[in-house]
Amino acid sequence: MIEIKQSVFENNDKQADLLRNELKQQKTFLLNLMSSPGSGKTTTLKALIGLLKDKLQMGVMEADIDSDVDARAIEQAGVRAIQLHTGGMCHLDAGMTRQGIENFGTDDLDLVILENVGNLVCPAEFDTGASKNMMILSVPEGDDKPLKYPLMFTVSDCVLINKIDTKSVFDFDDAAVVERIKRLNPDARIFFVSAKTGEGMDLVADWLIEQVRAWCE
Amino acid sequence: MHELGIIFHIIDSVEEVGRENSLSKVSKVTLEIGEVSGVVDEYLCDCWKWASARSKLLDGSELEVEKLPAVTYCENCSEQYSTVKYGKICPNCSSDRTYLLTGNEVSIKEIEAC
Repeated sequence: MIEIKQSVFENNDKQADLLRNELKQQKTFLLNLMSSPGSGKTTTLKALIGLLKDKLQMGVMEADIDSDVDARAIEQAGVRAIQLHTGGMCHLDAGMTRQGIENFGTDDLDLVILENVGNLVCPAEFDTGASKNMMILSVPEGDDKPLKYPLMFTVSDCVLINKIDTKSVFDFDDAAVVERIKRLNPDARIFFVSAKTGEGMDLVADWLIEQVRAWCE
Repeated sequence: MHELGIIFHIIDSVEEVGRENSLSKVSKVTLEIGEVSGVVDEYLCDCWKWASARSKLLDGSELEVEKLPAVTYCENCSEQYSTVKYGKICPNCSSDRTYLLTGNEVSIKEIEAC
């Protein structure tokens, strides 16, 4: 009998720290973007690419269980993209992220955005090695999501409340969602945006540029 | 299905322990899983059967899951209570200023080599 007493996530956490340090030395900022399916991750990415591609060297890693529709959509927006297949798994871990980074070649990039698998549970448990975590909650999903998926909101440095152009159709309480997020994560930056109309996206782009600069200093 | 990802990490960790201790066969792995960790035991065991058969060290081994109770602490009245029974709101004083003490664990407790 050998006593181990080790968290299952410990190994992944170590690998994630290692990757984070390497990316820091390489002056590449990795943003892990998480949300449920259909919250507008790809539309948000395209809006961010439009605002950032002349200011930063950027690339996108698209993680999906299968298919490459997202990577092609991103390349049409004008930046380098790679599709990662998780082979049925619902999240990326640090090992898979490293494989993606190494295949993609990120030496010349200031910013890499990793579009994680659409899911509010599992991606929150596995540290990918990202510099910062961003998540999207869209108005149609409801303002109660921080209560149902607390870990996702706890690990996210930045929360985008997306699809605010649909607010007249849904009961969505801005103040309640902010209070619920802040209770879980007092430091979280919250932006109200519509990736489709572009409303509020300039502030997100500014925030991201600030983060990349601080990381690369 | 994060259970499969979790199983892969468990197998990596146990194989590392196996190498460090020059083990040739592990017969049993015991996990400690918190009640509110979000991990489903049944899926875990199914994934284990499939994934452990692909490891020389772990082929045919048994996976045992020990459940750890979830306990929440109330900052308002300093009471502790069962998370599964009462959730976020303290049953003693109705405050929602509460946080989880235990119950979130996903860890490897011990392994048996033969």
